[in-house]
Amino acid sequence: MHQLTIAEIIRGLRDKQFSSVEITSHLLERIQQLDSQFNSFITVTGEQAIQQAAAADARLAQGDAPALCGVPIAHKDIFCTRGVRTSCGSKMLDNFVSPYDATVVENFLQAGAVSLGKTNMDEFAMGSSNESSFYGPVKNPWDVTRIPGGSSGGSAAAVAAQLVPGTTASDTGGSIRQPAAMTGTTGLKPTYGRVSRWGMIAFASSLDQGGPIARTAEDAALMLSVMAGPDNKDSTCLNRPVQDYTANLNDSIAGLKIGVPSEYFGEGLDSEVGARVQEALQAYEKLGAELVEISLPHSKLAVPAYYVIAPAEASANLSRFDGVRYGYRCENPADLRDLYMRSRGEGFGEEVKRRILVGSYALSAGYYDAYYNKAQQVRRLIKQDFVDAFQKVDVIMGPTAPNPAFKLGEKNADPVAMYLEDIYTIATNLAGLPGMSIPCGFAHGLPVGLQIIGNYLDEARMLNVAHQFQQASDWHQQIAPAAK
Amino acid sequence: MAVDAQTVEKLAELARIAISKETIDEVSSRLGDVLQLVDQLQAVNTDGVLPMAHPLDEVQVLRRDQVTEPNRREEFLALAPQTEAGLYLVPKVID
Repeated sequence: MHQLTIAEIIRGLRDKQFSSVEITSHLLERIQQLDSQFNSFITVTGEQAIQQAAAADARLAQGDAPALCGVPIAHKDIFCTRGVRTSCGSKMLDNFVSPYDATVVENFLQAGAVSLGKTNMDEFAMGSSNESSFYGPVKNPWDVTRIPGGSSGGSAAAVAAQLVPGTTASDTGGSIRQPAAMTGTTGLKPTYGRVSRWGMIAFASSLDQGGPIARTAEDAALMLSVMAGPDNKDSTCLNRPVQDYTANLNDSIAGLKIGVPSEYFGEGLDSEVGARVQEALQAYEKLGAELVEISLPHSKLAVPAYYVIAPAEASANLSRFDGVRYGYRCENPADLRDLYMRSRGEGFGEEVKRRILVGSYALSAGYYDAYYNKAQQVRRLIKQDFVDAFQKVDVIMGPTAPNPAFKLGEKNADPVAMYLEDIYTIATNLAGLPGMSIPCGFAHGLPVGLQIIGNYLDEARMLNVAHQFQQASDWHQQIAPAAK
Repeated sequence: MAVDAQTVEKLAELARIAISKETIDEVSSRLGDVLQLVDQLQAVNTDGVLPMAHPLDEVQVLRRDQVTEPNRREEFLALAPQTEAGLYLVPKVID
């Protein structure tokens, strides 16, 4: 039963092949048996899940079932869940039981979905390997000596290990797409503002965006249809109607123009990863698409611009963790200053502290223009590259990450090497564009992700393009050895 | 670009993050690496380029000024490490 996709679960529940309680119990049992190998969950909410499943079964019996009624999912631990610990992977929030639901969580509840729990992540979503979590690293189901990617490593690994068919995740610089690539799953980062950020613990507010990780583009479409939409509680959430993202999945892609940026195939790209991406592009040609060589000349500046803007925004956002109103407080503070200094010094991990300090530097008196303002100017140049490219093409494709999953511990000593993991994903966050990663083969025996970048609010086309590839290939159906 | 220990101490003070004496050298060197990475931006000509605040150049969405949330003071206070008489408690600030 754990092999079923969300689309298959919806059909199975409506045709009464099984109940929501049955599939929910099965997956909870699987998590209990297998997850000690992966550490993909921080909190499992078994009792609550069974209650939600029973309620979903009652609605299904009455014929009053909303879109995802009875479908088991899990939330990245960055989304606030009422009455359930929401840790964001940090010691700082280890004792934080959220008093409210994030809009995304609320949307899934309204749609009848059943939450199995909260998935592991890099602390405050800062990382590309899921090794910065207070709850320990997540291990890749394809090879448990390797990282699952990050920051949504738990969300990706849980799907790859078939512990749950779909998870929520968030992406500030690649945190949905890179783990999807590392684990052979399908991940989608929507256009900035398409999904509400309310109740999604803020890292870098102008870049953060929630989205789904699942096993197929069709499932990602089903999840996005529930997640996306205007929200009065988030003033940056786009006030535009939501499409049914499953409506166009079966459209032909004959005549589709695919932009292939030369900058995404240069130095630093693993040759086997490059070969798999080229093969995927050839497969698209067979489906009737046309490849167009394009240039994104400012690509190289994306990582440096990001490591000014993201830490600057993080240093402001994370100032709320003060040891006064919620979260961790140090023992026996001497005075208020000591309370702040030690609560934050002890409550945050090394990478989070590093980014707060970098952000404080970039925003400090005398440096603002040279760093933050400059980075925001470069950001516009990066965006303009994409705007120019989308005059000529419908989607852009390239590798999601420069290499397959690396060994646990391999890049821990060198933050800059870790930052370069996101070299192909960061530019879309800076530009606010939607991006996906879908499995397109294996390099060195490990999954490779094909990145699909869409134009603003063109998620439906991106999903159509991904779905058509998945109809013609079976890379997304490969099962991680540890999940069998 | 190197960052000296004094700068790290100043940043730690600005960010209110205690950093132990033993780790300060390591933190300085790591910060230096990151600042070296971002210093690539200085070489870019950005004359006349408007800083980008929002990818879609959207303006703030407005809503009606109506009360939609109930007062949940007790629930929120219950999350705090220390409270007294309905207030957050911190070490004495004024002598």
